[in-house]
Amino acid sequence: MGSAIKPSGRRPVGRGLEEQGRGPRYEDRVTTENAFTRPAARGPRPPLAVSGIHDAGRRRALGALAAGVCLLITRPAIATPDELVVALRETFGDRKIQPGRVRFELPRLAENGNIVPALVSVDSPMTEQDYVRAIHIFSEKNPLPRILEMRLGPHNGRAAVSARIRMATTQQVLAVAEMSDGTLWSAAVDIDVTVSSCT
Amino acid sequence: MSRIGPARVRVPEQAKRGDIVEIRTMVEHPNESGFRHDNMGRPIPRHIVTSFNCTYNGKEVFSAVLHPAVSTNPYMTFHLRAVETGDLVFTWKDDQGGVTTATQKLTVV
Repeated sequence: MGSAIKPSGRRPVGRGLEEQGRGPRYEDRVTTENAFTRPAARGPRPPLAVSGIHDAGRRRALGALAAGVCLLITRPAIATPDELVVALRETFGDRKIQPGRVRFELPRLAENGNIVPALVSVDSPMTEQDYVRAIHIFSEKNPLPRILEMRLGPHNGRAAVSARIRMATTQQVLAVAEMSDGTLWSAAVDIDVTVSSCT
Repeated sequence: MSRIGPARVRVPEQAKRGDIVEIRTMVEHPNESGFRHDNMGRPIPRHIVTSFNCTYNGKEVFSAVLHPAVSTNPYMTFHLRAVETGDLVFTWKDDQGGVTTATQKLTVV
């Protein structure tokens, strides 16, 4: 029944031309007249908001913006914006941060960026010889890259901590564990944030 | 306003020697990040808990440095190996000089 209804009251655009063996041309479908193509006889052109020079400047700015967006889209999966890199270097120096040994549990989707439960556990025996010295949580896109740092020792018995943190936006969050032998292990988690914490 | 609210700590009353117990802590605090604005568009000044530590019979067993990205009413959990009966003392400090402490006894059997 539904498929039998034909559009009524509206002239099928270009249909007549197609039946004559010619497809609809662009000009037949789209009105090409606008403020720039309007004949002068119809009246003076409306004043333009920007002059040609400014327009060029705006075009350049838009081009730069587009380039920036492309850069964002094509950047590598593990993103490390400058502030995060600086914070990591200040905290750990030139030591290598390796992926692994850290289990970082964060909700895949945070409906409220103000309260995001985060759970970090580290694969470590927690003995006097081999233990986790510290656990750090870093953010990629919060206003400040540092979130929390917790100092542990062999007396903790188990390297598992949790906290509630804030997320400004959809981003990647990094948990780094500093071992007693000085090595650094990490886990990165993607999180989608519906409501930002910074409003 | 600048006072740190009461703290809530959950420690098991009893534990066997050598057991690993989970300790849950929370302190009431606005933890204002300093990045928010009020209805008039004025920035709300930062007021956050900056440090937390826990001692077990006088020895520090856990500490944390908190940044503005920690939620209101900072909540943290960690683990501890029960070694001997003793007091766990929890201390929170904020960036306006506010301090609050909580004490819980852990009995080791």
